[in-house]
Amino acid sequence: MTTATKSASRKLTTARAMAEATAQEMRIDPRVFVMGEDVGPLGGVFGNTRGLFDEFGAERVRDTPISETAFIGAAVGAASDGMRPIVELMFVDFFGVCMDAIYNLMAKNTYFSGGKVPVPMVLMTSTGGGYSDAGQHSQCLYGTFAHLPGMKVVVPSNAFDAKGLMTAAIRDDNPVVFMYHKALQGMGWLGTEKGATVAVPEEAYTVEIGKAAVTREGQDLTLVSLGAGVHHCLRAAQALEEEGFSAEVIDLRSLVPLDRDTVRESVAKTGRLIVVDEDYHSYGVSGEIIASVAEHPGCRLRAAPKRVAYPDIPIPFAPTMEQWALPNADKIVAAFHQMLTDN
Amino acid sequence: MTTTTASQVIHEPRFMDGDEFHIATFALLQQDGTLFEGARAPELGRETARRIYHTMVLIRVLDERMLAAQRQGRLSFYMQCTGEEAAVIGSAAALDDDDMIMAQYREQGALAYRGFGIDEFMNQLFGNAEDYGKGRQMPIHYGSAKLHYMTISSPLATQIPQAAGYAYGQKLDGQGRCTITYFGEGAASEGDFHAALNMAAVHRAPVIFFCRNNGYAISTPSVEQFAADGVAPRAFGYKMHVIRVDGNDVLAVYAATREARRIAVEHNQPVLIEAMTYRLAAHSSSDDPSGYRSKKEEALWREKDPVNRMRLWMLAQEWWSDDEEKTLQEQLRREVLETMKRAEKRPPPPLASLVEDVYAEVPARLQEQLDALEAHVRRHPEAYPKSAPGLDQGGA
Repeated sequence: MTTATKSASRKLTTARAMAEATAQEMRIDPRVFVMGEDVGPLGGVFGNTRGLFDEFGAERVRDTPISETAFIGAAVGAASDGMRPIVELMFVDFFGVCMDAIYNLMAKNTYFSGGKVPVPMVLMTSTGGGYSDAGQHSQCLYGTFAHLPGMKVVVPSNAFDAKGLMTAAIRDDNPVVFMYHKALQGMGWLGTEKGATVAVPEEAYTVEIGKAAVTREGQDLTLVSLGAGVHHCLRAAQALEEEGFSAEVIDLRSLVPLDRDTVRESVAKTGRLIVVDEDYHSYGVSGEIIASVAEHPGCRLRAAPKRVAYPDIPIPFAPTMEQWALPNADKIVAAFHQMLTDN
Repeated sequence: MTTTTASQVIHEPRFMDGDEFHIATFALLQQDGTLFEGARAPELGRETARRIYHTMVLIRVLDERMLAAQRQGRLSFYMQCTGEEAAVIGSAAALDDDDMIMAQYREQGALAYRGFGIDEFMNQLFGNAEDYGKGRQMPIHYGSAKLHYMTISSPLATQIPQAAGYAYGQKLDGQGRCTITYFGEGAASEGDFHAALNMAAVHRAPVIFFCRNNGYAISTPSVEQFAADGVAPRAFGYKMHVIRVDGNDVLAVYAATREARRIAVEHNQPVLIEAMTYRLAAHSSSDDPSGYRSKKEEALWREKDPVNRMRLWMLAQEWWSDDEEKTLQEQLRREVLETMKRAEKRPPPPLASLVEDVYAEVPARLQEQLDALEAHVRRHPEAYPKSAPGLDQGGA
């Protein structure tokens, strides 16, 4: 379903790619509209609604009163009425206040209406730390939302996927949680990851929700990650290549649905698995990936799998403390060395 | 027993639009430092007035310097109180020092008024080993158990129901204390605001709900926040005392809050105060207001500067002089700068503290994660050049 190639030469930031996808869908589908805090003239705190207010006006690009309960509940209502709202809740850390609208309404109305009331909405939110904003502004919570049934969850690692996944999410008849990592947005103040700003075709295209990407091929080790973690993996793979090992890097892109086949095929080839996740270590994506490989009858692991994830602690502010705890390429390389030693 | 108040019965569908409520603004002090005709200054006393003014100047100096430090890359984040000093400090001054404060995040003036020192501010801002919060919360999320100031939490408006509960506890305690909770007009749109006010009124909790209506919620102007005449009219729906006050008039804020405290403590009644003011600075160091408001609008409010207004009144009382002003400005600038330099050189909290206080005891699972992390940092000191050398010195 990826209908565009990466040959286009124009580079975009993830923020601009998201805004472009949204604008293109708004032009062809009058049911699409945007709501949230600071999404209007400001263009979103993380830049992903920039330009929409000028083109589509205040009725379709609505700044809301500060009540996530109100505007996410309202988005569920509007989606139930056949609209295709896109709402932004600035930080995933703030989902608590309106959790009911998300996991009891958005995610379950279709099921409990016997399939009569689809809720085709997109809920965008920022994730991730690394810029010293502490434990109520830096969480990922990927595992939390992927765990709860009834909503798709996507996590792009670069601008090309962000545009394609956004277009796919808007056109999807399911509610989709679109989680973008702040360091990939291309906003200078967040310590931007250069590898996220890539060539993006101008025309609209989709990236299939539920299809992982093999970002780098290798024979000795499978590195699985998502969002900003993919870039740590690519750096680790580069370092390992200099040591004579070849690592395959899989970018999950979607958590729900999860492309287990691509991961299993890779591990069947390499026999070694390290999962890298900026979310909390326990009960999260890393455990799910390892279980998905281990429970499969075709599992042929040559070494016990490892995870490089965030410790099970609230994220501290002090820059030194935060950097201790975050996943990075050095920790991935060290985990691989440990894996060889353990064997 | 009915579930509604006794109500007159009518036989025509007569709707009400609330226009019969006109909420006046309480003001005492004019911008030139003189009182309005017929206005009477609260009984403040020279020492309290000087303490208030000193705190206002301190916060102005601190905010200016720390924003500059953020711009220089010495600090990750900062929020200024500029323009709202009278609202925050005037209200804190009207309380007893052991009343509880549940702030939002822009109330450093209330904490400073209580005696939080420049050194204590700096340790929190830099998250060093001396910070009471052990370097865990982001800058400006101050807290002081000693000064009855609850540690700031980022999610908006969550302090408001907690304040209702804290005040209810104070009522049960019977020590004659109350709680003040601060929030912006934007946060007042959150469900937590409504839930808290209703419960406080029903439970008769001695709590002062202090709204800083500063015109903006990041980029959203108050006209897009509510259709009504501000936040004050909502109090009627909860059967709560309410007053609107000129938030740039420190004397009016002080007098209104003093009376609110009396109502709260003597009658066990919550009170809503709406202070009309303006956020002269950006929302935070991550924000640039030039995209959503005009310089002309900012200039209009700069003319209503609350610190200047207080200074002129103090001069007229002969409780302050131009010489003292000059000395204080110089002294605070020097002190803030020197204290900052000391605080940013202090080491971060030790690595082991990462896993402390998550639970009452460190569980085995977290200890394992810490041990693995420490072993990694020791094996790869080159990846942590700033912290690895300090691992064995206790302070990392």
